[in-house]
This record gives sequence, C-alpha cells and structure tokens, in this order.
Amino acid sequence: MTTLPQSTEKKLGLVIDLDTCVGCHACVISCKGWNTENYGAPLSDQDAYGANPSGTFLNRVHSYEVQPEQGEAQLIHFPKSCLHCEDAPCVTVCPTGASYKRVEDGIVLVNESDCIGCGLCAWACPYGAREMDAEEKVMKKCTLCVDRIYNENLPEVDRVPSCVRTCPAGARHFGDLGDPDSDVSILVAERGGVDLMPEQGTKPVNKYLPPRPKDALPEFDVLAPFLEPVIEEPKGFLGWLDKALEKI
Amino acid sequence: MHPAPSVIVFTTFSGLGFGLLIWLGLGFPSVTGWTAFAFMLIAYLMAVGGLIASTFHLGHPERALKAFKQWRSSWLSREGICAVVALVVMAIYGAGLVFFGEQWLLLGVIGAIFSLLTVYTTSMIYTQLRTIPRWNQPLTPANFISLSLAGGALMAGQVTAAIILLLIAGAIQLATWVIGDNRFAQSGTDMASATQLGNIGSVRAFEPPHTGTNYLLREFVHVVGRKHAQKLRIISIVLMAALPVILLLLPFNHLLALVAVLAHIAGVLVARWLFFAQAEHVVGLYYGQR
Repeated sequence: MTTLPQSTEKKLGLVIDLDTCVGCHACVISCKGWNTENYGAPLSDQDAYGANPSGTFLNRVHSYEVQPEQGEAQLIHFPKSCLHCEDAPCVTVCPTGASYKRVEDGIVLVNESDCIGCGLCAWACPYGAREMDAEEKVMKKCTLCVDRIYNENLPEVDRVPSCVRTCPAGARHFGDLGDPDSDVSILVAERGGVDLMPEQGTKPVNKYLPPRPKDALPEFDVLAPFLEPVIEEPKGFLGWLDKALEKI
Repeated sequence: MHPAPSVIVFTTFSGLGFGLLIWLGLGFPSVTGWTAFAFMLIAYLMAVGGLIASTFHLGHPERALKAFKQWRSSWLSREGICAVVALVVMAIYGAGLVFFGEQWLLLGVIGAIFSLLTVYTTSMIYTQLRTIPRWNQPLTPANFISLSLAGGALMAGQVTAAIILLLIAGAIQLATWVIGDNRFAQSGTDMASATQLGNIGSVRAFEPPHTGTNYLLREFVHVVGRKHAQKLRIISIVLMAALPVILLLLPFNHLLALVAVLAHIAGVLVARWLFFAQAEHVVGLYYGQR
C-alpha cells in the first residue's frame, strides 16, 4: 500500500552533526560497500575506471562554504541520505505499491521486485535521496541498514546503520526519534536539531544539528614585535655554503 | 528536468488522442461507418501510441500491470485506470458507430468523461510535485485540458469550437509560462532552507559529493536548451494557436485544415519540451544549481 500509515510505532532515523562531520566520506564508502554486498540489488557503477565515472549511492557528502556578514567563511560538510519522512511524498506517488513506509519503525523501503522503474518517487523527493540504478533499473534508497539493525547474527555494537558504525568523528547517531527520552531525541533537543526544507511539508525524521558558533580568534600578543627576532642568517657550515653559493 | 522524448511524445499525443475521443464520444462530428472508423483510428493511434511511448522510459516495462494497483494514493495509477476504461468504453462505442451504424450516446458520454479524466490525471502527475514549483500550480491541469480539448476540436473538424478553444488554450499557455517563471521564488525553497545554514551566512556550494555526474544531475538539473526558451515560446504559441486559428478563419479547405493540425501538434511538442526543460527541481539547490 502506498498510502502512508497514520502513525508509526517507532520513528527510527539518523541525527547528523554538522559541527562534527569532517567530510571524510567514510560513511559514503561503507554505505556503498554494505548495501552492494547485502540486501537488494547491488549499487552499480558505470565507467568506473573511465573518463566519466558515475554510480548509485545512497548517501552523499556535500560541502558548503558559508560566509557570515563578518568574519571568516566556514566550510561545512553535509552528509545527505534518505530522511525517512513521516509525510513521505515518494511513497504516495508510487503506482505499484513498491514504495512503502513501515508501520513498526517508520523506515521507508522499496520492494524492488514490484518497482517498474518509472522514477516518479525520485521526482517527488526534494532531497535527492532516491537514485535509479542504471544497471538494475530499479529505484535504490537508504534502508537505514534494515538488514543490520535487527540482525542477531551481528555483534550488538554492529546493529546500527553502516554509516553510523563507520563514522570516525562520531557525527552520525542512530535511534528512535519518536521516543522523547531516547539519546537521539535528547541530543536533538539540546543542540537545536532542524529539519531540511521544512516548507516542503515532508516532516523528515532525520535531524541535522547545526554547527556551533566558532571560537573567536585569540587577540594577537601585543609584546610579540618587541621579542628578539628568530635567527635568520645561517651560521657555521650552512653559513659558509650560503656565502660560497652567493659568490658563484 | 530532463526532457525525455518518450514523455514529451506521450503527453502530447495521448492528450490529442483523448481530446479527439472526447469530441467523438459526445457525437461531434456525428459520423458512422468508415468515416467514423477513420476518426477512431486516428484517435486510437495517438492515444495508444502515446501510452506505449510512455512505457519506454520505464526501467521494467514488463511489470507495468502492477501500476494499476495504487489508485488510492497515486495519480500515475489513476491515470492508467482512467486510460484503460476510456479506451475500452470508446472501443465498444466505436464498434457501434462503425459496424452497426448506431450511436450509443450513453457509452459515448461515459467514454468522453473517462477520456477527460485521463488527461486530467496525467496533468496531476506533474501538478502534485511540490519539488517542481513550476508545475505545482492549478494552471498545469488547465493547460493540459485546454490543449487537449482544443486539439481534439481541431481534429474533429469542429471549426467554431476549435477557434474559441485554441484562443483559450493559447491564453492559458501564456499565463502558465508567465506565472510559472515566478513559482520557484514563491515556493520559499532556497539554499538556506535546503541546508538550514542560512542563519550563519550566505551559503555557496563549495564541492559536490562526487567528481563525475550522477542520476540526480542527469534527471533533475537539465540546463541545456534553456538559453533559447523565449524564442521557443514564441515559436510554440504561433504554431499551437495563432497559425491554426488564422487557417481556420480562411475559407474551409481540407489541406489548410491538415496544415492547421500539423502546426498545432508541432506547437504543443515544443511547449511540452519547454515544460520539462524549464522545470527546475529543488534538489538542484544541494548542488548550487537550478
């Protein structure tokens, strides 16, 4: 059914800390690795070693330069994957019912064997979270690693999405955003987590933590100009070599 | 948006084909026998040809039957159902006209209603998308329906109706362009809302996530060909409405009528190309593009 559930028992999702992300793209690679080798059609690449490489990714990291009115510009790395919206427009447009939102945990998934590859769900998504795989001709999207988070064959520490497990900076957090007492909900409340494109009315579950204000640069030491200068002329053998080379 | 030929051909010809079916279903012109067969053949070639063209852009056309399931939420599904009902009802109605020389008006009216609904549901597939502000406005269905009715009247040989409807369709087309040009700015979606970084300062895309291109950029950030948009709009409106109206005002001649139909089709094809090529998807903002 492509009608959306009235409510979901849980709202599993990610909290992404834009203050902490260092833009290393490790989450991109681990996502591609896990989701190519496991659930669903693999994420194909076209012309991977040629002049025009292109491929399917479920998670991509943008980088933005933000110029405040005063002071230095900031570089902010911006990971983006499916936000598992409560009012997911990608689900309702699907003509076959291949796209659906799970009642138990709110994860938005694609049943690939029902997908006709019309692409309308990708048109309906404002975030660019869905990509048609050029090889399999079906729509691919973040599954929130549904084959990891409930997988009892994995050690408990690994039962989180691959991107979260991999992030070396701890910029990605996974949990139930429907539970106000969960760690992720507390984090969002404390850091003022925000929705992307709220005016699109999608009610995203994933939240973004805005960058915290930067420390001000320390005042320059007023006595510094009066300090004895650091030696500039080389001495000894190097001094002789310098002079000898100067004469040539 | 990437102006895929399959979708341009589909919306243009199925719009015209169902437009002609609307007129035939209502008994304009009231024809039977081989004349009716010729009209029906043209309408079916266009409507069915357009629908077949639309399956060319599917990744898995062999699963197309599954698309009839989700009519509760999906305009694409509703369109498929309306199209099949319209074509089946009109086939029975057409059989009455051609083989029995009888006009079963009730069937014709039902067929006409479903033909109209098909055009409307097609337009709603685009209109519903908040992600493409240019399409997300009431003029989009008005544009599709007025063109379908005008084109249908033109092909059905309803000269007076065609002149009036072509003028209306042309006016709606112009309004769709003018109002559409401001829709993106009015939508309130910009780089600040996309990144939520606007309260720090002005946001600029510094580095895309990948060195090459990707599906999103190919599908949604089609900037080629927008350069000549204004010229193409003039060409489109002249061919779509102005020229056919002038030709219809001249003393009636089958050759001139044929030229009027061909000009109209060419004009609508250009308009549909612009419909896609000029549509800007909000996802482009993440790439600092539109």
